[in-house]
Amino acid sequence: MGEQLDIPGYGRIERDFSRVDARRLVQALLGVLPAAHVLHDPEDLRPYECDGMAALRQLPLVVVLPDSEAQVVDILKICAGQGVPVVARGAGTGLSGGAQPHRFGVVLSLARLNRIIAIDAHARRAVVQPGVRNLAISEAAAPLGLYYAPDPSSQIACTIGGNVAENSGGVHCLKYGLTIHNLLKVRGVTICGDIVEFGSLGLDAPGYDLLPLVTGSEGMLAVVTEVTVKLTPKPQLAQCLLAAFDDVVKAGDAVAGIIAAGIIPAGLEMMDQPATAAVEEFVHAGYPLEAQAILLCESDGTPEEVAEEVGRVRALLEQSGATEVRVSRDEAERLRFWAGRKAAFPAAGRISPDYYCMDGTIPRKRLGEMLKAIQAMEKKYAMRCINVFHAGDGNLHPLILFDANKPGDQHTAEAFGAEILELSVALGGTITGEHGVGIEKINQMCSQFATPEIAAFHRVKAAFDPAGLLNPGKAIPTLNRCAEYGRERMGAGQPVAHPDLPRF
Amino acid sequence: MSVDDLILQWSERVREAAACGQALCLRGGGTKRFYGRPEQGKLLDTRACRGIINYEPSELVVTVRAGTPLVELEAALAAQGQMLAFEPPHFGPGATIGGCVAAGLAGPRRAAVGGVRDFILGVRMIDGRGEVLRFGGEVMKNVAGYDVSRVLAGSLGTLGLIVDVSLKVLPRPVAEASLRFEMGEAAALHQLNVWGGQPLPISASVWHDGILELRLSGAAAAVEAAIGRLGGERIPDAVAEARWRALREHTDSFFAGAQCLSSQAPLWRLSLPSDALAIELDGAQLVEWGGAQRWLCSGLSPEVIRARVAALGGHATLFRNGVREGAVFHPLTAPMLALQRNLKNAFDPAGVFNPGRLYEGL
Repeated sequence: MGEQLDIPGYGRIERDFSRVDARRLVQALLGVLPAAHVLHDPEDLRPYECDGMAALRQLPLVVVLPDSEAQVVDILKICAGQGVPVVARGAGTGLSGGAQPHRFGVVLSLARLNRIIAIDAHARRAVVQPGVRNLAISEAAAPLGLYYAPDPSSQIACTIGGNVAENSGGVHCLKYGLTIHNLLKVRGVTICGDIVEFGSLGLDAPGYDLLPLVTGSEGMLAVVTEVTVKLTPKPQLAQCLLAAFDDVVKAGDAVAGIIAAGIIPAGLEMMDQPATAAVEEFVHAGYPLEAQAILLCESDGTPEEVAEEVGRVRALLEQSGATEVRVSRDEAERLRFWAGRKAAFPAAGRISPDYYCMDGTIPRKRLGEMLKAIQAMEKKYAMRCINVFHAGDGNLHPLILFDANKPGDQHTAEAFGAEILELSVALGGTITGEHGVGIEKINQMCSQFATPEIAAFHRVKAAFDPAGLLNPGKAIPTLNRCAEYGRERMGAGQPVAHPDLPRF
Repeated sequence: MSVDDLILQWSERVREAAACGQALCLRGGGTKRFYGRPEQGKLLDTRACRGIINYEPSELVVTVRAGTPLVELEAALAAQGQMLAFEPPHFGPGATIGGCVAAGLAGPRRAAVGGVRDFILGVRMIDGRGEVLRFGGEVMKNVAGYDVSRVLAGSLGTLGLIVDVSLKVLPRPVAEASLRFEMGEAAALHQLNVWGGQPLPISASVWHDGILELRLSGAAAAVEAAIGRLGGERIPDAVAEARWRALREHTDSFFAGAQCLSSQAPLWRLSLPSDALAIELDGAQLVEWGGAQRWLCSGLSPEVIRARVAALGGHATLFRNGVREGAVFHPLTAPMLALQRNLKNAFDPAGVFNPGRLYEGL
C-alpha cells in the first residue's frame, strides 16, 4: 500500500472526547427537552450502563428521552455543535455492545418513540416509530391475517429501530429474509439534523440504494425515527419435523440434501448432543438424548403445500441416515419441538454460571469441520461448548460455558471465542451473522477485513457523519487497533444481560 | 492473461485515470447503454474477466466474474434446477452479470421474491483509487461491516468496477401456471393488493388494456389449490412462458409496438406503492409487480409525469428515449443528494467511473 489512505482522522486512532463540557451539554439539552427527559444523575443513568452484553459497563454523561422526531433533530444539532458522541438505543437487548454508552457522550433512547403510526392491510405495510417492539407489530397485524416476518429471539423486547441498526435475523430468515428484506422505508436524522428517507413505499428508490447501507450500520450513520415494514400474509399451517442423527456430519449432510432438493424450509435448526441434553433437562421437550445431533425442520404454507413438503423432507432425512424422524401432529407438539431449541440459551445459563455466545456464519458444507474443530478447542482450552445452529443458513451459535468468578476463565473463554470466529473467517464465513460487531467483535473485524476495506468503511462513515460522532468506537475498528490486534486482544466475550429473554 | 494480471492491469488503469483526471466508461455487453444518462469516458470492457468461480447448489450461492454472460450463468444454474430469482432482463444477447448488478433491474418476479440487491451476498471491486476491495461474502447472513455490496445494485458503475459478485440463488419452482382475467385498471389494482395480502403463490402479474395475467409458482399442490381459488382462464404453459419472457425483455407488443418503442416515444418506469391509485396520465400504460411498477409511454412533459407520480408516493425514471442529457432519474431531496455525493466521493474521489451516468455530478 504505502500511499495515502485518505481517511478521516478517527479512522486511524480513537478520537478523544474528554473535553466535552457536561454542564454546558445538559444546559443545552434542557433547552429542547423537559427536565424529566434529560437524565444526568448517576442513579438515573445506571439502567443505561450496558446493553445485552452486560460485562462491560459504562455510564454516559447524559441520557435523553425524546418523544418526537423534532426533539431528535434538536438533540443531534446540539451534539454536533458541541462535538459530543451520540449512542442511539432501543431496548438495549443487543448482544454485541452496540448500545454501550460512551463515557463522554449522550445516550439517545428511542424508547418513547413507541407508537404504531399506521397499519395498512390493503397495502401490507406498517409504519412504526423506532421504539415499537418487534413482536408488537405482528400482534397489531394479526387480526388482519398479516405479520412482520423477521423474528429475532428477543422479539418480545427488542425494538424495530434496533432491528434496523443490527439487520437482525431470526429462525425464519432462510425463507423470509433478514430485516433488510422486510423493510420498505427508513426515515432517519443525520448528525447534522437533516431528515432523510431511505427506500420508499414502492419497491425501489432513485439514486444509490442507501437502505442496505443504513440497515445494519449499528447506529453509526443516522438515527432512525420511523420505519415502514412489509407485512406478510400468515401461513395457514406450520408443521415441524424432528430428526435424530448418530453423527453430526450426517446431520450436516441432511441439511445440504434438503436444500439441494430445492426445498427452502421455513426454519432449519440443529443442536448437538450436549446442547440437547442441556435443554432436555430444562424444558422436557422429549428430545432423543442419545442422538449426536438433532435437526428441526419447519414447513409452512397451505395445508396441501405443507403435506407435500413434509413428505419430501421426511424421505430426505431418512435417506441421510436419520435414526428417528418425528412429525408434529398438532400445534402443541410443534411448539414443544421448538421449546427446546428456544431454551438453549437459558439452559446454558442453568448448567453454567456464565456463557459466551458466538455468532459466526460459515458455508453449510463446512459445518462438520467446524464442529470437529470446536471439539478440539474444548480440549485445548479445557472448557465446554454446546452448539446450536441456524443450520439452514450456516449461522452458528456455539455457547462457551465458563465461570467469570474463576480467575482466568473469562480470558480463556474470550480466546476460545476468538479462535472460533477466526476459523469462521478461514472457512469462508463471517464473524457475525446477526448479532452485530459492536465492541464485542471489533478486533475480529481486523481478521475479516484488510486495511483497504477498513479504510473504505471509515470513508462511508464519514460520508454520513464527517466528525465521527454517531456511536464512535463501534463496529469498525481504527487502523491503529488493527495494527495492535494480535498482540493484545481486548474485551471479547461477556455474560448476557436480560437472562429472562429467550435467546436462540 | 490471468485474472490476477487483469485485475492488476485494471487497477493501474484506474489509478492512471484518477491521477490524470480522466473518466472511464465501464461496460459489459453494452445491452443497457440506453439506460441512465449518456456514457462518458474511455471504454473499459469488463468481458475479459469471465467465468464462474464457485457454484455450490446446496449452498444456494454462486460466485461469478462480472464479465460472464448472463445466459452462461443462467444456463449453469438451470442445469442444477436453480435460478436468479429476480429474473433480470437481458435486453440483448450479450448481457453480463456485472451489467445486471450495476443496472439493478429486475423482472416479473421482483414483487414476489425481491430485487437484485436482495440477492447480493458479496462483491470484489476496484474503487476509484485502484484499490481492490472485498465486501460481504458467500454466506446468507453477514452483518460484519457496512453492507456495501448491496449498494452497488443500481449504482450504474459509478462507485466502482465490479470484479466478481456472489449471489444467492433459489431453486426453480416445481410447478408454474398462468391465468388470465378480463378486468379494468382500478379493479385490477384493487384485486392485486387483495391477493397480495393472502397466502397465494403469485410470482408475477401484468395488467394492460383490460387484461390481467398472473403467474403462480411453487409446490404443485399450492399452485393447483390457487388455480381453484382464483378462477380465471388458464393460459397454455408454452404461451405463458413466452409471454413472461417477452415482458421481461420488453419485446412484447406493448413495449415493442407502435404506441411505444417503435415510435421512439419516451418510455417511463414509474415506481409506486402497490396500492397507489390509477395514474391517470395520457399515454399507453402497463402495470407490473402487483401495482408497484407501472410503465408509461407518453409524450407528456417530465414535470407533469414526475409531479403526478410523486403525489402518489412514487418516483419516475425516463427509462428509454426522450432527452437523456437531463434528469433521467427522479430528483433527490437536497440532504439525500448531499449524502449520495459524499458516498460517491468516498469510493471515487476523482470521478473516474461512469461520471454523470446516474445524476449530474455523481
